[in-house]
Amino acid sequence: MDIDISQFYDVFFEESFEGLDAMESELLGLDIGSADSETVNSLFRAAHSIKGGAGTFGFTFIAEFTHVMETILNEMRNGQRDVTAESTNLLLQAVDVLRGMLRGVQKKEATDDKHIAAMHRRLEIMLAGENVEAQANDDSDLGSEEQIKLASSMGWLIYFRPNAHFFQTGNDPVRMIRELASLGELSSELIDDKLPPFSDFEPEDSYLAWQFTLTGDIAKDDVVDIFEWVDDYCDLTIDPIMTAESAEIEESVLDYAQDDKEQISTPIENKQKSEITASPTVKPIEEEAPIDNENLKVTIAPSASSIRVGIDKIDSLINLVSELVITQSMLSRIGDNFTPSMLPNLIDGLAQLERNSREMQEGVTRIRMLPISFVFNRFSRLVHDISEKMGKKVKLELIGEQTELDKSVIEKIGDPIVHLVRNSLDHGLEVPEQRLAAGKTKTGLLQLKAFHQGGNIIIEVHDDGAGLNEDDILAKAIEKGLIDATDILSTDQIHNLIFLPGFSTADVVSDVSGRGVGMDVVNKNIASLGGSVEVESKQGEGTVFSIRLPLTLAIMDGQTIRVADENYILPLISIIETIEIKNTDIKQITGKGELYTLRNEYIPIIRLYEVFNLKPHTTELEQGLVVIVEGEGKKAGLFIDDLLGQQQVVIKSLEDNYRKVIGLSGATILGDGTVALIIDVSGLMALYQEPSLAVLTRNEQVA
Amino acid sequence: MSKWLKAIVMESMQHVNNGLELITSVDGSTEQYLSFTLADENYGVDILRVQEIKGWERVTPIPNSPHYVCGVLNLRGTIIPVVDLRRRFDMPIREYTSRTVVVMLKVEGLTKRTVGIVVDGVSATHNVDPESIQPAPGLGVSVSIEFIKGLVLLGNEMLMILNIDRLLSVEALG
Repeated sequence: MDIDISQFYDVFFEESFEGLDAMESELLGLDIGSADSETVNSLFRAAHSIKGGAGTFGFTFIAEFTHVMETILNEMRNGQRDVTAESTNLLLQAVDVLRGMLRGVQKKEATDDKHIAAMHRRLEIMLAGENVEAQANDDSDLGSEEQIKLASSMGWLIYFRPNAHFFQTGNDPVRMIRELASLGELSSELIDDKLPPFSDFEPEDSYLAWQFTLTGDIAKDDVVDIFEWVDDYCDLTIDPIMTAESAEIEESVLDYAQDDKEQISTPIENKQKSEITASPTVKPIEEEAPIDNENLKVTIAPSASSIRVGIDKIDSLINLVSELVITQSMLSRIGDNFTPSMLPNLIDGLAQLERNSREMQEGVTRIRMLPISFVFNRFSRLVHDISEKMGKKVKLELIGEQTELDKSVIEKIGDPIVHLVRNSLDHGLEVPEQRLAAGKTKTGLLQLKAFHQGGNIIIEVHDDGAGLNEDDILAKAIEKGLIDATDILSTDQIHNLIFLPGFSTADVVSDVSGRGVGMDVVNKNIASLGGSVEVESKQGEGTVFSIRLPLTLAIMDGQTIRVADENYILPLISIIETIEIKNTDIKQITGKGELYTLRNEYIPIIRLYEVFNLKPHTTELEQGLVVIVEGEGKKAGLFIDDLLGQQQVVIKSLEDNYRKVIGLSGATILGDGTVALIIDVSGLMALYQEPSLAVLTRNEQVA
Repeated sequence: MSKWLKAIVMESMQHVNNGLELITSVDGSTEQYLSFTLADENYGVDILRVQEIKGWERVTPIPNSPHYVCGVLNLRGTIIPVVDLRRRFDMPIREYTSRTVVVMLKVEGLTKRTVGIVVDGVSATHNVDPESIQPAPGLGVSVSIEFIKGLVLLGNEMLMILNIDRLLSVEALG
């Protein structure tokens, strides 16, 4: 019987990615020098099961790749190999590569084969090289090994001289040159020293020779393969590309390049030479590696189409369901032959049903709640990579990882926090020298903290870095025309300037942060989740960004307002204040628009009855109230008739049965069973500025 | 809910059950339609699409919606839009009374939705042989022909069977 093995692919991928995530965090937690055997063990197990799975499913190249990692880890486990910073780093990069390979197989996309081959090679070299060093009990580090690794990925110098009788063997150099060119960037130099005078020229003999320079990340095997069949009919040397400074170690590399089997012995032979470390060839690779990591990270942004739920949650749900089934059978028994005397039983049964269904609802809602560690855990790697790249020492502390958040919030909150963390690493925390000069410890502290506070979840990104530089922010804001030079702002107001669109204090756009789109996007993303972000900073002491999110997206605090005959709900979070205004405070703009001056700020007045096309009770501003609201950083005053109560409302979708309505974010059901519509402040402002929007969207729907 | 309305609801529910039996027993050769009146015209909808029938109660108007969308109401926790069919078909408007009826219909399209329609009153359920349904000629009725699935003669009366998926589609409601 044929079993379609592909149906298990998803499970394999899911488990492998989980294994890789685990490996990543374990590697980051690995103590250099004195590795905890349990940690190494679990690393080994993760690699082992990925290898096993890949083998089973026929992904041989993944299995082979993982095998090398596994072997290295096995040696570490058995104490035959020391855990060094280099080996940890290399393994981390290997994890990335492996993730890319799996991703490629899963999505059936092409993978960067050269990159993979190079990484495979580096792992093998580490396996072979260090093994010997470990046995020889030698502490001299990875110098020569690094060189070889680097050389192998820089490119190759190939000297190729076919024998005179080359053509008679049925070979054609052109074919080989073509294949070489397909491996990487190829340049060649023709050597025609053997070319005889024309009179002596034998047309069937080969006289030419070539010196090729093949650059790129190419495994030596690939080059050797091309010449495999002509080995005996030509002079061939394949040398790694070297720079003059490292000429001394070239010899060792040559040895290595001559014969793969000798590679184990080379590091010993060249122990002395291997101490030459500072070679320019180191540069390109080191710069390249982090970029690759970045790319990988972008592509692997988790798209959690499935969620893992704790077994206890499922168990309690199953209990609830069985209770529900019991209640149901009881009720249907009553219903089968109902007599008025059974009324008390029926009422009891219905009460039980109500309790069951409420508990079910709570249980199901809890399934959607995931611990924020899903978001936090990825930061150890991010912080590790970025801080290393920027030469900063950073200790990351995670607090309250078990705080639970709605799944949809978890999915969307990641990017804003990444922004904040990058900002802290880039602008906040100083380099060690600066920190010492400021009287702080060398290692900066970055804290990610999540906790509950009165119906909200607070997520804090805390660093003990330099803090926001108020003078810089002010200068930048004035330069960008965001404020006037004459404006007098409080410290808080200055700090909040960083959330304005287009604001960035970074003089140079780095790839870590500072594109000038950061903070306002953060603000916007969090606002779209119904939350808010605040900043608190003390110069020289550090910065705290606190994100405040509603516990669940489905419930929010609302303020009921009355406009004409209708009641609407205004999200409490968007209300700044409510005022009674005098006509004298109003400035007319070209007879139509109205502006209200609130503490030197001009705020447009939106007459809700106009925007919503209602029949007003009064058009006199003095007879109603004006609610100052804020949406996407803009303020407006809503003219309403009255404020009614405040209450928590459950948000219901209008789109399920109707469609999206501009200016409304949904509806809710009030205590008396009637429906009240919830106002979307930013949408309302858009509608006010462009009343045709309401019609436009309608036409769009038709089209 | 008034007594007669309750009776009709009970009856139509009964019919739904009977209808199911009928359909299984007569190999689906009979379809059941719920008829209702608008002005003096008779309209019918497939009874299997009828979710329930309610008496009129105040709905919450949606700003900037088409004039025939009265608003939304709460149907056991779900927000349902309600369309006034008189206004939809540009008939003279009648005040809503306690006898005005809202029929909740299951509309199929890209997604399944529930939409309420306001009608003058529901009349009866009819067993209709699908083969007796004639295509609408498009004359003399206030309804655009695209919303009519067909015509059926029942004694002296004509029943216009509505294509509710088209009539109440998302586009038509926008």
